[in-house]
Amino acid sequence: MTPPQKPLSRVVEACPPSGIRRFFDLAQTMSGVISLGVGEPDFPTPWGVRETAIHALTRGATTYTSNSGLLELRELVCADLAGRCGVTYRPADECLVTSGVSEGLDLALRALLNPGDEVIVPEPCYVAYQPCVAFAGGTPVPVAMDPAQGYRLDAERIAAAVTPRTKAVLFGSPSNPTGAAQSAADLTALAALAAREDFWLVSDEIYDRLTYVGHHTSTAAVDGAWDRTVLLGGFSKSYAMTGWRVGYVCAPEPLAALMHRIHQYTMLCAPHVSQVAAVEALRSAEPDVAEMVADYDRRRRLFVKGLDELGLTCPEPGGAFYAFPSIRASGLSSQDFAEALLNSQKVAVVPGDVFGPSGEGHVRCSYATALPLLEEALERIGRFLTTRA
Amino acid sequence: MHEILTVLESDARATPERIAALTGIAEDEVRAAIAGWEADGVIRRYKTVVDWDRFGDERVRAFVDVTVAPERGRGFDDVAERIAKFREIRAVYLVSGAQDLRVEVEGSSMKEVADFVAQKLSGVDRVTATSTHFLLRRYKDDGQLLTDPEPDQRLSYTP
Repeated sequence: MTPPQKPLSRVVEACPPSGIRRFFDLAQTMSGVISLGVGEPDFPTPWGVRETAIHALTRGATTYTSNSGLLELRELVCADLAGRCGVTYRPADECLVTSGVSEGLDLALRALLNPGDEVIVPEPCYVAYQPCVAFAGGTPVPVAMDPAQGYRLDAERIAAAVTPRTKAVLFGSPSNPTGAAQSAADLTALAALAAREDFWLVSDEIYDRLTYVGHHTSTAAVDGAWDRTVLLGGFSKSYAMTGWRVGYVCAPEPLAALMHRIHQYTMLCAPHVSQVAAVEALRSAEPDVAEMVADYDRRRRLFVKGLDELGLTCPEPGGAFYAFPSIRASGLSSQDFAEALLNSQKVAVVPGDVFGPSGEGHVRCSYATALPLLEEALERIGRFLTTRA
Repeated sequence: MHEILTVLESDARATPERIAALTGIAEDEVRAAIAGWEADGVIRRYKTVVDWDRFGDERVRAFVDVTVAPERGRGFDDVAERIAKFREIRAVYLVSGAQDLRVEVEGSSMKEVADFVAQKLSGVDRVTATSTHFLLRRYKDDGQLLTDPEPDQRLSYTP
């Protein structure tokens, strides 16, 4: 028996597999690896949240919820966004609970794009952005940001890539992989460009609470941005809830309605028990978040300083839990650096080029790792650099 | 400044250099702040949380609720301070509820602790009753879980 000979989806076949797969397979064969390659918190979900979810299961929270998600959760999300970021959304029709930002991103792009529409994606960026644009029928247009300027969103560079087909700019702040948290001034400049050229801003704010220098600025909060912004957020990073798959998307009503339409026919709803857990997270886990943020911040300082002393310099990451140092001094490509470091010192980092060509010459290191391990990793990286010198 | 104490509370061995790296506060400022707190009693002492059961050392601890007839004009202070001076007493708290003081007694055997309560503690002037609860197993102490940590289930590379 052979499968049908007609070609499979050309769009999907044209999309390269994730660049970290090879490293994952390599690390699987080793023991004693210190992983700085992980894009999720090393904390477990706060116990109070888990206990609530367990209790909810015993009481039968095993069903579908409404497509939009539990109203109580949407009300809490909107109140939280209003209080923390100064942005206002109606729980009834401008906020949708999704299976993580990943689903929200897919919904936003599918609801926004017509074939041939272009989406400008500032680089380096999260690995899923460009594939998701392509899967939704659009054309991703990567534009490199400048490490020397801390990967700030440079409206001038973005303006140079705008065409009549530009439908949106898609970015994350704080950023995976660079840790860059965008300033209100840069977001305002981008919003002005969006108004002038008539495109949308798709803003991935999953790391919003993990901001260490000043406060998080939501894209939707800057002047003139709300009407053209899709705000994506969730619980995975701030509340250490990656495996629960629960997040939200907020947007003006006409777009929110279209996202709702896709969601109702595809995902139906985010997992019920995860929505109950998210309610509890917003109600009671703020002190847990504060403790985790304080801990990440201490590790961030120690780790970035340690990298700097090893000659692996990086702009100060203002958010998320990543450092994105330059490894050019080693003379290696980022793929070779990551592979040699893993093989010789058993430290896992992610080569920067998987986040776009402009990530070449860098590696992503996650400091969501216990302090003693981070310190040991710094020592091992130091040995690696010395033996190569 | 609060950050310095937070670091020290979880790691009493943290050096000023390390605290400076973790908090971003200059090392000499860290030193000066710690010296000040040591002098004025904000920092009482530096301690290690030891799991003596795991070490294999037999230590018996009991929580004893103590009912006291308070002294006119001095309340519970005088009797509490007298109880606190016994070597066997590890902690003394004035608490709300049916009893007045909750104290912690430590000894090398149940008999030793029982003898102390019967002969010394209950004999302290103005102590009218005691109720002793022997500690059977410790699950969390001083904010530190003593059970096995949850395994890290994360994959080594995730996007």
